[in-house]
Order: sequence, then C-alpha cells, then structure tokens
Amino acid sequence: MTDRLASPAEPQPVLSPGATRRRILMRRLWRHRSFRIGGGIVLAIALLALAAPLLTSTEPTQMNLRARFAPPSAEYLFGADNFGRDIFTRVLYGARISLWIGCASALLAAAGGAMVGMVSAWFRPLDGVIMRIMDALLAFPAILLAIGINAALGPQVTSVIIALAFAYIPRMARIVRAAALVVRELDYVDAARVSGAGGARIIFRHILPNCMAPLLVSVTFVFAYAILAEAALSFLGIGPPPPDPSWGNIIAEGRDYSVQAWWIMLFPGLAISFSALGINLLGDGLRDVLDPRLKVEA
Amino acid sequence: MARLIAFRIAQAIPVMFVVAVLTFLLMHLLPGDPATIIAGDMADQAAIAQVRHDLGLDRPVAMQLWLWVANLAQGDFGTSLMLNQPVAEAVLERLPVTGSLAVVAFLITIPTGIVLGVIAAVWRDTWADTAVMLLALIGVSVPNFWIAILSVILFSVTLGWFPSSGYVPLQDDFGRWLASLIQPAVVLALFQIGYLARMTRSAMLDVLDQDYIRTARAKGVSITITVAKHAFRNTLMQVVTVSGYILSLLIGGSVVIEQIFAMPGIGRLLVQAIMARDYPVVQGTMLMLGFAFVFINILIDLIYAYVDPRVRYD
Amino acid sequence: MLDVANLTVDFRVDTGWIRSVDDVSFSLDAGATLGIVGESGSGKSVTALSLLRLHNDRATRLSGRVSFDGQDLLALPERRMRELRGRDIAMIFQDPMHSLNPVLTIGEQIGETLRIHQGLDRKAAQVAAANLLDMVRIPDATRRVTDYPHQLSGGMRQRVMIAMAIACRPRLLIADEPTTALDVTVQAQILELLRDLREEIGMSVILISHDLGLVAEFAERVIVMYAGELVEDAPARTIFEAPAHPYSEGLLRAIPSADVDTHRLYAIPGRIPDPGNRPPGCNFEPRCSLAQATCAASPPPLDPIAPEHRIRCPIRSAAKEVAE
Ligand SMILES: Nc1ncnc2c1ncn2[C@@H]1O[C@H](COP(=O)(O)OP(=O)(O)OP(=O)(O)O)[C@@H](O)[C@H]1O
Ligand code: SF4
Ligand SMILES: [Mg+2]
Repeated sequence: MTDRLASPAEPQPVLSPGATRRRILMRRLWRHRSFRIGGGIVLAIALLALAAPLLTSTEPTQMNLRARFAPPSAEYLFGADNFGRDIFTRVLYGARISLWIGCASALLAAAGGAMVGMVSAWFRPLDGVIMRIMDALLAFPAILLAIGINAALGPQVTSVIIALAFAYIPRMARIVRAAALVVRELDYVDAARVSGAGGARIIFRHILPNCMAPLLVSVTFVFAYAILAEAALSFLGIGPPPPDPSWGNIIAEGRDYSVQAWWIMLFPGLAISFSALGINLLGDGLRDVLDPRLKVEA
Repeated sequence: MARLIAFRIAQAIPVMFVVAVLTFLLMHLLPGDPATIIAGDMADQAAIAQVRHDLGLDRPVAMQLWLWVANLAQGDFGTSLMLNQPVAEAVLERLPVTGSLAVVAFLITIPTGIVLGVIAAVWRDTWADTAVMLLALIGVSVPNFWIAILSVILFSVTLGWFPSSGYVPLQDDFGRWLASLIQPAVVLALFQIGYLARMTRSAMLDVLDQDYIRTARAKGVSITITVAKHAFRNTLMQVVTVSGYILSLLIGGSVVIEQIFAMPGIGRLLVQAIMARDYPVVQGTMLMLGFAFVFINILIDLIYAYVDPRVRYD
Repeated sequence: MLDVANLTVDFRVDTGWIRSVDDVSFSLDAGATLGIVGESGSGKSVTALSLLRLHNDRATRLSGRVSFDGQDLLALPERRMRELRGRDIAMIFQDPMHSLNPVLTIGEQIGETLRIHQGLDRKAAQVAAANLLDMVRIPDATRRVTDYPHQLSGGMRQRVMIAMAIACRPRLLIADEPTTALDVTVQAQILELLRDLREEIGMSVILISHDLGLVAEFAERVIVMYAGELVEDAPARTIFEAPAHPYSEGLLRAIPSADVDTHRLYAIPGRIPDPGNRPPGCNFEPRCSLAQATCAASPPPLDPIAPEHRIRCPIRSAAKEVAE
C-alpha cells in the first residue's frame, strides 16, 4: 500500500504514435462525465481570466475611498474592500496570477521530476542517493516544504512557483522513475541502444512517451494543489505580494474584516474552490481513461 | 519483531541524515544572504559581518555543514534570534499544542473516514457513494483556512458555540482544552476525512473482489459479516499504511490552522520565525518536523507489521 | 436431487449484456458424481457459481431453474439461500493461494462454517476444526489450527479448503478445478482425498476441470461445455471411450497419454469465441474439421443419440442414425 501510494502502476504506452489510438482516447475522455464537467469549469474560468479587461471597467488596484467596504451591489458585484477596490475586478485579475502560479509550478514540477526520475532510472549508481533524497523530501507534506523553501526565497510570484514546484518534484520523480525503469527493460529500447541510439533519443522517443499518461494525470492534480497552496502561502504572508491580486492574497487581506465584510474573502475562496474542483474533476477523468491502474492522485 | 524494529531504525538513519543536510542547504544555497537580511536594512558592513560571524556564516560551507550535523548529534538544534532560546526548547514547549491539535484531528479523521469509505464501497454506485465521493472531492478542492474562517464566523462569532481562538492546556482543564480544540480539529480533519474515505473505498472494493470473500460467501456467511469480519480487517491493513501519511498531512495543515485560531503551536512558531527572519528557528523547526515525520513512518510500518500476520510471523 | 434446467447467465459489461452460460440443463442423483469439462472460458465456473448464486447480484441475470431437493434455488430468498450454502451445498475453488482469508487463522475459518450453521461456540468450533484437519490428512492438526494461510503450502491450503467445505457434511460438493494450481503428485493426493471423503460422507460431487482424463476417471457422468453451451452429456465411460461431439473428441486427443508414443501433444486449433462475439451457427464451427455449410447457418439443437447420451451436433447425430 505504501508502494501503491508512492509508485504508480507500470505505465501504459498511451500516447504512442497512432492517430486512431489517440482518437479512441479522445472519444473515451469526451464520454467521461467528470472530464466533461471539469473541463467545462476550467475552460470557463480560463476564459474569464483572459477576458478580464472586457468584463470590468476598473483596474484591480484602483482604490475608491468612498466605496470602502461597499457590500455586493449592482455596481460592486462582489462588494469592495477596505481600500474600496472592486472585489469582482480583483477576483477576475487574481485568476491570472493564481492560475499562472498553479499551472507554472505544476509544469515545472513535472519537468524537474522528469529529469530527476530519468537520471535516477538511467544512472543506476546515482539511484540510491537520489531516491534517499526524494524519500526525505516526501516525508514532508508538500505545503510544509513549500513554506520552508519560500521562507528562504521571499514572497514573490516566481519564488512561490519555484517553491511549489520543488515541493512536488519528488512525487513526479517517482512516477517517471517507475515508468523509466519499466521501459528500460523493454526489448525495443534494448534494440535501440544496441543499434547505437543516443541517450537523448531513447529518452525522447521511448521513455517520455511512456510516462506521459501518469505524468499528465499528476500534473493536473498538482495544478489543483498548487492553487490551494498558493492561497495558503498568501494567507501566511509569504505568497505573491500585494497590491496585485491573487486569490490567496485577496483572502489574506480580507481576513481582518471577515466578520463585517465577509464578501472580501468569500468570493476569492469560491473562485479557488471552483477552479480546484474543476481541475480535480478533469484529473479524475484523465486518470480513469489514461491510467486506470493509478489508484491515488499525485 | 525486534529485528524488524532495528532494521527500520537503521533504514531511517540515512533518511534523517539527508533531512538534516537538506534543511541546512535550504538556508545556505538559496539566493540572498541571511546575514544581510537579519542585520536589517539599516545595518552597516561591520554589523553585517558581525551577524555573519555570530551565525558562523563566515566559515566554509563544508565546515558549517559539519558543525550543524555535529551539533545536531548532541541535540543542539541552534539558538533562536528572536526568542534568545534554544530552538529545541522553543519547539518542545509548543509541542503539546500542535500535538493535541493533530492527535484530536487524527482521532476524528480515522473512524469517520473509514466508516464513510466502507459505506461508499458497500453501497457502491448509490447516492451514498456519490455523496461520500463528493465530500472527498470537496476536501481536495476547498482551501481549509478559508473554511476555517467561515467556520469561525458561523460557530464562534454568530452562534457563539466555540471559542474563536486560543488554546487551554490539557492539564489546566480537560473540558476547556477540548472546547478550544474541537473547532480547529474538526476543520483540519474535514479535509483528510475525504481523502481517507476515498482510500478506504478503493481498498474495500479491492478486497471485496478477492477470492476469499467468495469463499466466505460460499460458506453461508451473511453479507454483513462478510464485510465486517472478512473484508474489513483486510481493508484496515491497507488503511494503516496511509494513516501515517494522514497524520503528517494533519501536522502540516496545523501550521495554517494554528494561525487562524491563534494557537501557540509549532506552526505559529514557524510562521513567526519566517516573519522575523529568525533563520535558526525556521531551520530547526523544519528539521524537527522532518524527524517527526520519519518517526511516524517507522511507527506505522511497525504497526502494519504487527497487524499483518504475513509479516508478523516471518 | 439436483436438477438444472435451462440455466442461462448474462453479465452486464460496458457495452451491454453478454451471455456467459446459455441454456444448460443437467441433473445429478444423490451420492453421484458429475464432471464438467471444457476449455478455459467455456463457462464452467460461471455455471458452478450460479448453483450457489455467488455472482454479483447487480451485474448478473440468472434464468432457468436449479432445483435442489425440489426447491428452486434461483427463486429462493437470499436468507434461505445463505442457510443452504456451506451446509447443504459446499464449494471449493481453483486457487487455494487466494481463497483463504490471509488475516484469519485456518482454525477460525474452518470453525466459522460450524458456528454459522450448527451454532457451535468458539471453543467447540476450534476442536471440530482440528478434527476436520485430521480428516483431510493434515499432520499435527491440533497445532495447525492456529496457523495462518501463508504458513501452509498450496496443497495444504487446498486441504484446508476441503475441510472447510465438508465441515457440515454437505450433500453436494462443487469442486471447481481443485487441483489445477497444484503440482502433479499433490493433484493425485487431493483427488484421492476427495474420493475417500465422498464415500465417507456419502455426498454428491461435481468436479470441474479442463482435463477430460481426470474428470472421466473421477466421475460417473460427464458434461462437456463449449462457449457457454452444453455440447455433450454422457456417462464417463462413453465420453472417454467413444465421444460423439467433435469438440469432445478434440479434448480427448489433447490428453497426454502414456501408452501412445506421441511426441507432440495435440491441441484443438483456434480459440474459443468471446461471449460477445459468437458465430451465428454452431459455436464450434470455426474450429471444427467436420463442419459443413449447414453448421454455420443456425445454432444446432441438443439431441439425444442414445439413452443417457445427448450431443449438440446434427452432423454426428445423423451419422449415428445412419450407422444404426
Ligand atoms: N463476472 C463476469 N462478468 C463478465 N464476464 C464474465 C464474468 N465471469 C465470467 N465471465 C465470462 O464468462 C465466460 C466463462 O467464464 P468461466 O469463468 O465460467 O470459464 P471457465 O470455463 O471456468 O474457465 P477457466 O478454465 O478459465 O476457469 C468467460 O468468457 C468470462 O470472461
Ligand atoms: S454442428 Fe457442425 S460445426 Fe458444429 S460440431 Fe457439429 S460438425 Fe462441427
Ligand atoms: Mg473456472
């Protein structure tokens, strides 16, 4: 069970070349209900974030002292905060930073994890050391690791991304390593090696395509986690710095007024919940279709 | 069993060593000079040099690492800059708070998560299953500190059922201790309950598919007893292995929860230290937590070995 | 005692319902032995599990009649069925490695049958379990009752399964490939044990196997299944000496024999069709060397060709008539 948690089942060569196979997968994904719902939510939120300037007439940092603590109304859809900034606008623009952090850290974690996992699987002498390091990192809950790293890096958008990516690298590395170890032993990889194919070629032609499915599933789940983690870091005061809005720092700033002006923290919280929900649903669908034997998320 | 304990501890030593080195590197290899930050914006070169010297940062990195590990081996986790107190002492003082919170949350999570997971598995594809899976989904999608704040507004401010902040030590008053813990612990547990329910459900479905379940049914054992006796024990063994992970997550989550409920625990210490740039405390706290997690893993492995006859008798 | 009529089993799968067992009928007298043979996937296990209604309710549709002592088991309420399982009809399975619960002692698992059906207390059940272990010839039985399954070998575990099955002296024992997972010497011992216990308890036995030789040696009567259908039903002697259905002939030729000096073991060419993908006519037609045009047109009926002998092959039935 520990094993099951940690190392996913052997990967299936899912994204193998072959358009029909891809088409079949697409069709199965499309038929998967949670994939459709999740995909719809994610798409809607992404579109709202992109279209932010069209949907609101003010700037996210525009203060209006007469509107301080204005409750939700036709003019201030989600109300206004202690500086009289429009929460609706801030939530819309906040989506950009929050989704960017989530997406970038998930992809960075996948890239880092892929590298670490590949090196570990390919250069056996290093395997022991690398995996001990990954074990040590895995002993920490990801959020704590992100807190620790970000404490050293300081509160900036890039450092949040780096911290979150680092926190999730060990999980990704394990997935890729497991996949790479399996692929390593396959005959055609042997054949490729014998026929003199270089390491890079083997990695890109054979190993990466084979861990694509579990990796993609993990990226989705880490994306959702990272959005939540960004919010938690912001709340602790080590997230993306104000005044530019992220969902996390809007809540953090609204916290002191949570009783009188509940709307400040309510709406960004809902935004976080909806996007994480959508992404998780998407991940559930991907997992069911691409990698049915993978039991546990990330 | 004794051999197994010895083996697991021997296995943990390199991991603990790596944890120690990593926490050291965390503060040394990252960009920025802690001495400059600690000395503050107003400090001149001499003051910065002084701080650097006090922290031992003017020595070669390898030397510093060696001193760090050597000190650790003697139980010296460093000294806090803001508290003027050994880090280990500061952490241990706050351990009862975080410990109480995590343990109470754990005691709420385990039975609830297991029961919900079993219900979902046994009544698979019914509304009960859907409800449990929905709860699990919400648990991984909603920020826990946000729920915590909403909960305070509802239960403490509006209804006045629970204190909104603070911690009452257990030895002072059991009732008030529990009252001060119940809200943060429930909020903390809420999110792990979903995760555990999901794990339990999939473990239970796995077990229900096993041949020995069919054997039990072929003997005339009722469905209820088959589930309660034959399937449940096997499911439980799989759940034991995730329970350590859950406890670790609860401890990690308490960093945020302590902040909201103003509980003077290790998480609060960590956040205060980050704000005050008290690097020895950040480093020492991370390290001690890391050791705690390694220890929890060992403990869980041993419990697993004890409950699984296949391991127990080997 | 047991009379199965038109048993049909459908399973729900992603794409709809598939028919796994199709209109199977046979009967069995008290104290008699019946063998069921067929290749892997022919529906033997599904048939056996249907007799005890051990399939997952929601994904399975059973029809036909299974009457046991005059009552239709398929119509019995689950409560009554439960009382019958393990007491009147017991079953042992193919894979002794996974058929025992790993976290319960074997004494507990054997005793459980007795505690359920005969109301024994824990102590008495434990003593009875030791006696049963003795009966299935496990040495040092009193000490073994506290063992866990992983401490026993495969053969021993199958003996434990047998002990569990005979605990209440059932009137019918269904043994689904009880020896397939074991090595040859152990196989012989287990079969001998089953034979002796059958005598001793006086129960009927249904022995399922893909090995026609083994079944013919053990049972008085044999039915041959192919792709969910019963294709031949005859006394064991007949099946072994003069099988009439081309598929049974193939199975017979596939038995490795000691006296004939064949270097290459015969195997029926081709594969059994998937339940969702069967040919329109005779299921065996794609693999049958006697097939004629009519065979592919419509499913052949099951015809009697002699007293106590039925086959599902019009070509052979006709040949037989001509010969007589
Ligand atoms: N629960 C189920 N759901 C769907 N299909 C099933 C189910 N159980 C069995 N089948 C199908 O029914 C057919 C008959 O299976 P069965 O297990 O009875 O074969 P068998 O004769 O016992 O073979 P073996 O020698 O391998 O045990 C197979 O094609 C199998 O895939
Ligand atoms: S009916 Fe035709 S195809 Fe089927 S077994 Fe008989 S001869 Fe062969
Ligand atoms: Mg079978």
